[in-house]
Amino acid sequence: MELFQYPYMQRALIGALVIGLAAPALGIYLVQRRLALIGDGVGHMALTGVGAGLLLNRSPVLVAVIVASLGAITVELVRARGRTSGDLALALLFYGGIAGGVMLVGLSDSTSTSLNAYLFGSLSTIAPTDLTTIAVLGAAILVTMLSLRPALFAICHDEEYARVSGLPVRALNLLLAVATAVTVTIAMRAVGVLLISALMVVPVAAAQQVTRGFRSTMTAAMALGLFAAGSGVYVAANADTAPGASVVLMAIASFAVVALGGAGWRILRRRRVAAPDTPAVEPHEVVLSQS
Amino acid sequence: MNAPVITVTRAAIGYEGRTVLRDISLTVTSGEVVAVLGANGSGKSTLTRAVLGLVPLSSGSVGLFDQPARRFRQWHRIGYVPQRLGAGGGVPATVREVVAAGRLARRGILRPPGRADRRAVATALAAVGLADRTGDPVSTLSGGQQQRVLIARALAGEPELLVLDEPTAGVDAASQEAFAGALQEFVAGGGTVLLVAHELGPLRPLISRAVVVHAGGIAHDGPVPEPAGHHADPDHDHVHPHGPTEPAGLWSA
Repeated sequence: MELFQYPYMQRALIGALVIGLAAPALGIYLVQRRLALIGDGVGHMALTGVGAGLLLNRSPVLVAVIVASLGAITVELVRARGRTSGDLALALLFYGGIAGGVMLVGLSDSTSTSLNAYLFGSLSTIAPTDLTTIAVLGAAILVTMLSLRPALFAICHDEEYARVSGLPVRALNLLLAVATAVTVTIAMRAVGVLLISALMVVPVAAAQQVTRGFRSTMTAAMALGLFAAGSGVYVAANADTAPGASVVLMAIASFAVVALGGAGWRILRRRRVAAPDTPAVEPHEVVLSQS
Repeated sequence: MNAPVITVTRAAIGYEGRTVLRDISLTVTSGEVVAVLGANGSGKSTLTRAVLGLVPLSSGSVGLFDQPARRFRQWHRIGYVPQRLGAGGGVPATVREVVAAGRLARRGILRPPGRADRRAVATALAAVGLADRTGDPVSTLSGGQQQRVLIARALAGEPELLVLDEPTAGVDAASQEAFAGALQEFVAGGGTVLLVAHELGPLRPLISRAVVVHAGGIAHDGPVPEPAGHHADPDHDHVHPHGPTEPAGLWSA
């Protein structure tokens, strides 16, 4: 535990906790919209921003936020048009993003270690200014996702109904796209672009094994995200493993525990109520006898 | 004459160069219950979707509550009941959460729900007979019950016009009756209804006018037409299943 007396470890822990809380709060909307892997693609594009930042000697995180936002907005516009070719357009954007990133990082004076830091995360090198960025942007994401929950739930659950309700569907969709880009970019320092989607999606997948409503799923996913981030950093510090990978593995372990526990509980409950349980009978759709 | 609620003037609608509807004119006035009938693929759903602005017109115009649809902003006056509940990505949602979305048009996206919102949601759920299922995930409900959730969502917004797209297709008899009851209550309160249907079933006594869409145009506009052929058989009850019998909860699959 004494490791956490060092300021860099404290920063690593705080950064991870902020991301662990914010990523599932956004991720639940992406999962509901069947865009669970979009974070991965946006992460690919953020890498181009990182490369451009390193090359231009600007803050890589800031340039990555801008590039990833532009990429996410493009993805949203392709999705909204609903063309079948959208699939291929996304592939072009994603792989263009990662190839561009690798090339630009190579052109800059940086070493391959800095590329690795963004690909797989580098919690222990978070500087105080980085932590401020993570905390401010993470808080902004959290507040937005929680305060707009009814509206964001409506557009992700039934977009046409939301349009007929007069909601600003396009603006909300673009907001969600930009929020994805921002979350990806701040999470990049913690778990790396290749593992970001896991923090957005796995806690949600775990929570929905046992929850009944959207709100309770969101709360449980945020709690699981927080747990995965905290315990992952703790494991990494004590076992000297890669922090990003440790956080993601803790999230997947919590998924396994919740899924198994949920299944076991359902079996137990079914057995207990098995005797009086009569199947729900729907009335006949045809008139069987005329009286 | 009552105030016009929906005015469609010489509208044409097409998808990717193929014309689905042409030269459609239709007026629905306040207090009417209009059924849009027609065979599958006749464009009756397209017509209602165009009224709501979900499908663009290639020519002509739509007016809502005496305003051009393009400038219409009072969406809380309209309640929309789609054909089915989207499956979504598997994140659970309770019946209450889905119905509460019906209040957004009235309250806006920033204001948190208040007492009036909660009361409207409870009243709407009671009207469709689902007051005891509010905390259940919608995916555990049968197809007919899910359809009732959708009409409750529309009713929760306390609209003046209900637009329903095949609300009773593939719905069990108990849900059809609950549905007809809720609709009757809405009409008795002065509401206007535009309803797409393949078959009217228990809704038939409520309908004040029928519009039949056929071959891209309106083939009939007036009283509900008498059923033809074997449908006219006095013993024919109009309660036969559509297509293969479908298991309950199909929409959630």
